[in-house]
Amino acid sequence: MSTTPILEYLWIIPLLPLLGSAINGLLGWKWPNKLVHSVALGATGLSFACALEAVREFFANGQQPFRKEFFDWIVAGNFRAGFDLQLDQLTVVMLLVVTGVGFLIHIYSTGYMAHEEGYFRFFSYLNLFMFFMLILVLAANYVLLFVGWEGVGLCSYLLIGFYFLRKSASNAGNKAFIVNRIGDFGFMLGMFLLFRTFHTLDFNALFAQAGPLPSEAMGQFGTLTIACILLFVGATGKSAQLPLYVWLPDAMEGPTPVSALIHAATMVTAGVYMVARSHVLFMHAPTAMYIVAIVGCATAFFAATIGLVQSDIKKVLAYSTVSQLGYMFLGCGVGAFSAGIFHLMTHAFFKALLFLAAGSVIHAMGGEQDMWKMGGLASKIKVTFWCMLFATIAIAGFFPFAAFFSKDAILFAAFNAEQSGKVLYAVGLLAAILTSFYMFRLIWLTFFGKSRFDEHHVHVHESPLNMTIPLMILAFLSLTGGWFALPALWGGKNYFADFLSPILGSGEAAAGEAAHSLEINLSIVAVVAALAGLIVAWRMYRKDVKQGPSTGLHKLLYNKYYVDELYNAAVVSPLMWLSRNVLWKLVDVGVIDGTVNGIAHGTSAVGDTVRQTQSGNTRSYAVWVLVGALVVFVIIFWPVLKPTLFGAVR
Amino acid sequence: MVPTNYYLMLSAVLFGLGIVAFVFKRDIITIFMAIELMLNAVNLAFVAFSQALGKPDGEVFVLFVIIVAAAEAAVGLGIIILTARNRRSLNVENVNLLKL
Repeated sequence: MSTTPILEYLWIIPLLPLLGSAINGLLGWKWPNKLVHSVALGATGLSFACALEAVREFFANGQQPFRKEFFDWIVAGNFRAGFDLQLDQLTVVMLLVVTGVGFLIHIYSTGYMAHEEGYFRFFSYLNLFMFFMLILVLAANYVLLFVGWEGVGLCSYLLIGFYFLRKSASNAGNKAFIVNRIGDFGFMLGMFLLFRTFHTLDFNALFAQAGPLPSEAMGQFGTLTIACILLFVGATGKSAQLPLYVWLPDAMEGPTPVSALIHAATMVTAGVYMVARSHVLFMHAPTAMYIVAIVGCATAFFAATIGLVQSDIKKVLAYSTVSQLGYMFLGCGVGAFSAGIFHLMTHAFFKALLFLAAGSVIHAMGGEQDMWKMGGLASKIKVTFWCMLFATIAIAGFFPFAAFFSKDAILFAAFNAEQSGKVLYAVGLLAAILTSFYMFRLIWLTFFGKSRFDEHHVHVHESPLNMTIPLMILAFLSLTGGWFALPALWGGKNYFADFLSPILGSGEAAAGEAAHSLEINLSIVAVVAALAGLIVAWRMYRKDVKQGPSTGLHKLLYNKYYVDELYNAAVVSPLMWLSRNVLWKLVDVGVIDGTVNGIAHGTSAVGDTVRQTQSGNTRSYAVWVLVGALVVFVIIFWPVLKPTLFGAVR
Repeated sequence: MVPTNYYLMLSAVLFGLGIVAFVFKRDIITIFMAIELMLNAVNLAFVAFSQALGKPDGEVFVLFVIIVAAAEAAVGLGIIILTARNRRSLNVENVNLLKL
């Protein structure tokens, strides 16, 4: 008898949200809101329950990685891509984060979106997103992973452009989609290269083949290195790393729960997940690893500096997300894959919380997102304030909150990295100070000081329970999410890294006594750094500050280093010029329209000539019939007629 | 017994007369009769072959042709009557609206 009912039917976990999406999308347009969100919440909640049961069965099986091939999808020659799902330690983490946080955000959305047009559309997209994200994390080969990868991109596009009547929203959706195409191009090339080399794209088979290969040398660009770099290009698109991060801040045009679910907690971490999943390949390509580390580290710092001066509360959080994703890649790049995934998980908790709390603030302010028009909200919306404060402490990395453990694990691994580890560590630490600064700046501007809005017009009110309860749960998780690594502080085990070690290896687990005391020291440095950021923010913003004129460095940061303008000038404008003057005016009007119109004109001219025979005179028609009959007669009897007519001559 | 050739020649002559009348006459009723003449010329050829080969196939076809001719006569005469009423004329030269 099977003791693992859900594992055997693993497809049910992604299928439930797909059903919910289909039901709401097809029938929901005339349903009341209650029915719509009952379906959506039911689908996601059941999916979460199934995921929990699957994980229970996984543990009951003694943590044996489970894998099942459900059906063949593409078979061509020796290529096979099946609908194969797998559940191993890495999947367990992602599965619980996606379904758990996703479910909480669904609950939150019932409150946040209650008065919006297109309620059913929103939940239909959100469920569809859950489906694709679950396919992504459960997939057992690159092709199926890519299906999820593209699907979440689609849902991201749909939800960023949710308010599609707003030009800026639809532009932001397009931007996200197009920038992601660039990354996906790299991802696909990487997959092609892997298939050419190993003749399979199945994770198990591929890694089994790649595992015994000799590692490529540092600075060597072999097949594996190129493949890994191409995969990482895909990850930079999806996970908003330099130089493809530009779409994520614009994606804040979408509703806030979307920012929390897709653009903070789950989808943007898909790149990190993919890199961690491919760690066997990356371990053989130190050059690619080095590039990952540098890009991650640079992004962490770069995005944090932009976040320092933004005035839109969601923009601050968006750049913060980019920055934190940089940390995750830094962790992966220095070989601490489990630390990267650890940070992914804790980040999912506190960043989702930050976004949801920000959404609650925006809700309370009646749609205002500019922090310079807030202030003094702490006493008015207490629950939101405390949750936001929890998340801020968590992201800043204070003991014993979540990011203290995960960020430290990454920085510690960076410190010990063979290639320029100290530099990576220093930049990472600097970014940590900046993180602490911009987050506490956000807190002070939003919740303290005098209110800078017109109290007669803005009726500040706490959000309803269905919004605040998810906040509280996430606040609890932001506090405790890092405690898996708690025993490591006094020399015990890091349960999280230990749990993932069968999949990701135990590269960083080899910690001797000296390394342990070093880690403690580094942790203290990190907390001091966070404290420094806090104090600077406090000194600068505790008094009633006004938004000053923007000059010099501030102006450069406020305008995001003019990267958007740079990309516009370097890529978008030339492309527009090419499209307009060559493709449109030359190719489209000249060649394509010319051909089509030419054929039409030719037909018309022939018709003009031939229609002269249509005289309307019945007897002339009769003659034509006669001529036709004669021609047919001659053709049929030609073999008989030929000797009669010409044979006689000879 | 009359040789088959004779029948066929008569049939060809009748058919030729039908064509000539069909092409050169202007009176609609004459043209219509020319068509009937051609049909019956063909009928004659069918019957002649049927007799020569000793098979009933040709006669069956003749029955079909007669039926079609009857139907055609009904429709055709209807058209002719309407044309005559509307145009007060039976000259085909006047029936020339069907052109661009």
